[in-house]
Amino acid sequence: MESIIFYAFGGLAVVTALLMVTRQNPIFSAVWLVVCFFAFAVLFLMLNAQFIAVLQILLYAGAIMVLFIFVIMLLNVREEELKPKVLQFSGILGGGAAIYLIILFALGVLKEKVASFPILPADFGYVAPVGKLLFTKYLIPFELTSVLLLVAIVGSVVMGKRKL
Amino acid sequence: MDYTVAALKTFLIFFVVINIVPLLIWLERKGAAYIQDRRGPNRAAIFGVRLGGLIHSLNDVVKLLFKEDIIPSHVNKPLFILAPMIAMFVATITMAVIPFGDPVVIGSHAPFLLQVADLNVGLLYVFAVSSLGVYGVMLAGWAANNKYALLGGLRSAAQMVSYEVSMGLSVVGIFLMAGSLRLSDIVNQQGANLFHWNIFLQPVAFFIFLAALFAETNRLPFDLPEGESELVAGFHVEYSSMKFALFFMAEYAHIIVGSCIIATLFFGGWNIPFVSSEWIKMNADLVLKILWMGLGLFSVVGGSLLCRRFKKQRYGDLRDFEPLVFGVPGVLTGFGLLGLFAIFGNKVFLPEWGPSVLLAAIQIGVFLAKVLFFCFFFIWVRWTLPRFRYDQLMKLGWKIMLPLALANILVTAWVALVN
Repeated sequence: MESIIFYAFGGLAVVTALLMVTRQNPIFSAVWLVVCFFAFAVLFLMLNAQFIAVLQILLYAGAIMVLFIFVIMLLNVREEELKPKVLQFSGILGGGAAIYLIILFALGVLKEKVASFPILPADFGYVAPVGKLLFTKYLIPFELTSVLLLVAIVGSVVMGKRKL
Repeated sequence: MDYTVAALKTFLIFFVVINIVPLLIWLERKGAAYIQDRRGPNRAAIFGVRLGGLIHSLNDVVKLLFKEDIIPSHVNKPLFILAPMIAMFVATITMAVIPFGDPVVIGSHAPFLLQVADLNVGLLYVFAVSSLGVYGVMLAGWAANNKYALLGGLRSAAQMVSYEVSMGLSVVGIFLMAGSLRLSDIVNQQGANLFHWNIFLQPVAFFIFLAALFAETNRLPFDLPEGESELVAGFHVEYSSMKFALFFMAEYAHIIVGSCIIATLFFGGWNIPFVSSEWIKMNADLVLKILWMGLGLFSVVGGSLLCRRFKKQRYGDLRDFEPLVFGVPGVLTGFGLLGLFAIFGNKVFLPEWGPSVLLAAIQIGVFLAKVLFFCFFFIWVRWTLPRFRYDQLMKLGWKIMLPLALANILVTAWVALVN
């Protein structure tokens, strides 16, 4: 049962990711990406990480992609401006090189024996354990991330306002 | 087995929501009429019986189902068809985590949950799903390829994203007090004492949540995405037939879901004020008798009040007999109930599983009563308050509600820490 769900949603994630890259119309790309996020949320759920799964939908699908679509709608792209994608030699070369490197990397990782990890408690993916980790062990990276986001917000306000 | 039960529960909840929708539409029309001092819909009839305008909802359903479904030639077809589906889907699946009552325990069986899924992330699931609601509106606005629709879609996207922030922050105080995101835990923490409900402990959070909910459901005073005087009809201007009806149903389903969440978070969910579940379970026989008598008396009094409205030759047609349609059966069932009580009242004893089932029924009833009250509240507000201007809306969301929600979190956290 578990492997069926895994392959179904893993496959869905791959297919929708491919669809997202290949669509001409940016709105369709965005919609396929949202479906891809859903598939990922299911994969997180299967790993017992409920909190991350819900955040995946809440933040990525529910907030970030909404803003993406918002911007795309405002850009007002016409059909004529969307040229059909033509495969170029450089693209094939770059893609091939990237896949080659990924395979090399995967082989390199698989060569080493996977160290055995301690068994996690069943509720490690729930809200309270994740929150506890964020505010104790990973407090400094967590706070640094928030500072980074603050910098981004200040930057966008400065750029958005011509005169402060 | 588990999957079958879950599927049945899902179907039942969906069925109830779908059936409350036409009732709410009737309530909306009648409520609007009474607030504006008119009579409201009272023309549609089946063989002369009008049921106070309730037939109008039935007529609407038939009309919308059989109307020609026009897809304009300039629209983006896949998204145009997808958008109403998203709207309806998102509005209804939130119900999955709403607890309708305490888990029913019969004998040594495993407790039977009166909700589809008791998720650990409970309320976050609600927010995650409701944050997707904006896609229906936005994609509808964009796919229709119409200036008004696009503007409506843009407005709704901006509005929903900005109000979601204060909505999410307003309930953090409740998490701090309950120590859990599970909706059943939040309900249990509030308990049967009226003054421990979150409406009294978190009044600021309640008002922020309420205002944000109005913005999320696109209802007046925040219904700018479909402001008629500016945008014709906003995002659904190009829709017709059942696709339009889906948006309409989604709006009302959203109201029902929103009322469920308010009742759960702030009004003690299925708790009855000052009457604890243990007391009902202990005195199940007494409660049953009181309910039996009460129902009988209510039917007799209500039925006779309706019958008193019957006057011959008031309209001179079948409408004269309308009060009797409900009045006479009401009186008869009332007397029947009372008579049965007089004969069997002292001989009825509940079986072993009786108290649990009775308790569950009462809890579901109380919860639905709270939900219906808030549904009515939505309608009440819609016909009382005027619409905001768009810049006022944004200013309210970002400059007033957001700081208030943050201050509420600080104060709650401080109090929780001191205690």
